[in-house]
Amino acid sequence: MKILLSKPGLDGHDVGVKVLAHGLKDAGFQVVYTGLRKTIEEIVDIAIADKVDAICMSILSGTHLILAKKMKDVMDERELSIPWLVGGNIPSKDIVELERIGAARAFATGSHVEDIVHYFNSIKKPHEKNGSLNRCE
Amino acid sequence: MKKMEVSTDVNRTHRSLKTAKELNVKPVFLESGFEVNPVYTADDIAGSDIENEIPGEYPFTRGIHPSMYRNKPFTIRQYAGFATPEETNQRFHFLINNGQSGLNVAFDLPTQCGLDSDDPRAFGEVGRVGMSIDTLEDFEIAFRNIDLNKITVSLTINGTAIIIIAMYIAMAEKAGYDISILRGTAQNDILKEFIGRGTWIFPVEKSVKLVVDTIEYCAAHAPKYSPVSVCGYHIRESGANPVQEMAYAFCIAKAYTDGVLERGISIDDFASRLSFNFDIYGNLFEQIAKFRGGRRLWAKIIKEEYGAKNNNSCWLRMIAGGGGGGLTKEQPMNNIVRSAYYALISALSGTQTMALCSYDEAYTIPTEYSAEISLRTMQIMIHEMGICDTVDPLGGSYYVEALTDKFEDEIKKEMKTVEKWDGIINAIANGKIQESVSKQAYTREIGIQTGKIPKVGVNIYTKKEEAKEVEFHPYNAKTAETQLEKLRSIKAKRSTEKVKTCLDHVKQDALDDKNLMPSIIAAVKEYCTVGEIVTAMKEVYGEFKEPIFF
Repeated sequence: MKILLSKPGLDGHDVGVKVLAHGLKDAGFQVVYTGLRKTIEEIVDIAIADKVDAICMSILSGTHLILAKKMKDVMDERELSIPWLVGGNIPSKDIVELERIGAARAFATGSHVEDIVHYFNSIKKPHEKNGSLNRCE
Repeated sequence: MKKMEVSTDVNRTHRSLKTAKELNVKPVFLESGFEVNPVYTADDIAGSDIENEIPGEYPFTRGIHPSMYRNKPFTIRQYAGFATPEETNQRFHFLINNGQSGLNVAFDLPTQCGLDSDDPRAFGEVGRVGMSIDTLEDFEIAFRNIDLNKITVSLTINGTAIIIIAMYIAMAEKAGYDISILRGTAQNDILKEFIGRGTWIFPVEKSVKLVVDTIEYCAAHAPKYSPVSVCGYHIRESGANPVQEMAYAFCIAKAYTDGVLERGISIDDFASRLSFNFDIYGNLFEQIAKFRGGRRLWAKIIKEEYGAKNNNSCWLRMIAGGGGGGLTKEQPMNNIVRSAYYALISALSGTQTMALCSYDEAYTIPTEYSAEISLRTMQIMIHEMGICDTVDPLGGSYYVEALTDKFEDEIKKEMKTVEKWDGIINAIANGKIQESVSKQAYTREIGIQTGKIPKVGVNIYTKKEEAKEVEFHPYNAKTAETQLEKLRSIKAKRSTEKVKTCLDHVKQDALDDKNLMPSIIAAVKEYCTVGEIVTAMKEVYGEFKEPIFF
């Protein structure tokens, strides 16, 4: 399973997303990291080019709702149906809102790496080990 | 048998009673990676210079001034961010009326990344985490009716620092100030931005060139201005251990220094204007030794390697504050206690300036109440604890001195490692430093999550508590709209022709590898925007390509 970790917007806080990258790799996942300051369109382009199975956005500046709506629109536009997740400084009331917008899950700061690994293991299907596309529903 | 040895050979006996193994206790390792003994004795500092070290004298291990806080306690400087130049101006007047003389200015992310408020990439970010600056007009509003000789302004800006410093100078010149006596500071440490914080714009080498431009310009025209504050702080917050925090900061300061020397400026003409910003959390003695050993090593580097003649060129002047990395969202009142320890560490380490995070900063915008507690924490220490009475009160402690020596050696060793990586500029450009720091952040985080690294309220002595709601600086769409309106109006008023000439000049100077300060000062005086100047520079320099190591 291949997971895209991304940093949308101008926020440069990347300690958390890199910690997660190490954690996912240690747990046997393939990881692609976009680096800082990507637009949602750029992130989705990378997701398609790299044939990833899920997209994670790390957002610590408080702009998660704006960016999530944009992600939903761009995903619909490109007719991409892989799960996308949000992580970062997220108030609990916004976790529900993010999932309503279309995020598969939202993990607030303080979440354990183990729990995120557990989530990805839970959506992993046996045949996905070979990186087959079109996986979410 | 052992008793016999005590009477015949004191030193050897001390040694034989010291190690964890000999005393049959568990070994203890500091975060920096080396072991500490359960006991330290006179023979641990036998070869050290400590007997002859005096505060205020080279190599300044015990402090840069002879009497330190007896004359004047460390400066207290708390961080503050305001959305608009208008609000900042009000705040300045409030502070001046209350007898204060300095303020840190925070900027919003578009300003930090070189984007104008009307750039689509700035949407939702204008004025969110600090003041929004598009043109010199914003500076003129922020500093309206402020006597720049009475207030010192600290600009927390890096990626666009050369433009923001140029604006500060341009504003002062236009208002008739003599910039040869203008004071103030800018963070302007771009190399640490590549390691943590992330507001880089141009490729690493060109970024360093721009920092060197500002130092060269200030040395010649604004010698009282401190154009750079080298930040170990953010490197440590990104995962570096205390030894690396100092080593990388020194390598960075040396990279800027080398650049300035190459321009034919003498070390004594600018070294005293360099200052440092360091982090405090973790083991108390480790932090104190880090600062004492670091101060000695930096003095030696400046004197022995660079041949400085003036004592104050060798000073490690620093702001050392309690780091957010040590504070927790769980049982947040514990952070008040942690911060008091961090303040104590900072004072015992001989800092020049101190800042503390508020106890609630881990999850929300600090309230006036929590900011006041931080202030009182430092004031209680100053006025009730006798912390200012005597210089370097831990000087002469076997443990602290032995650890200070160890830190000097270890920082030096780590700096050698960076040299092996082809120097700090290459090690950052190819992601070597970022990779090693982020691996450590991971190890530390897993250590905390699995309970291997004890953290009170997080993995020991935990209790059920209501989850703390996360809060942000509210985004004010109206504030953003006002800023956009101002930008539209200034663009309509200014001379399009002059703007074009100025931007062409900046571009030409970049092509000719000249110091960009004069052409940028000229450009901002014609109200060229931050975004326009950055775009002109990008056309010549290109942009940094972030190395990805996953």
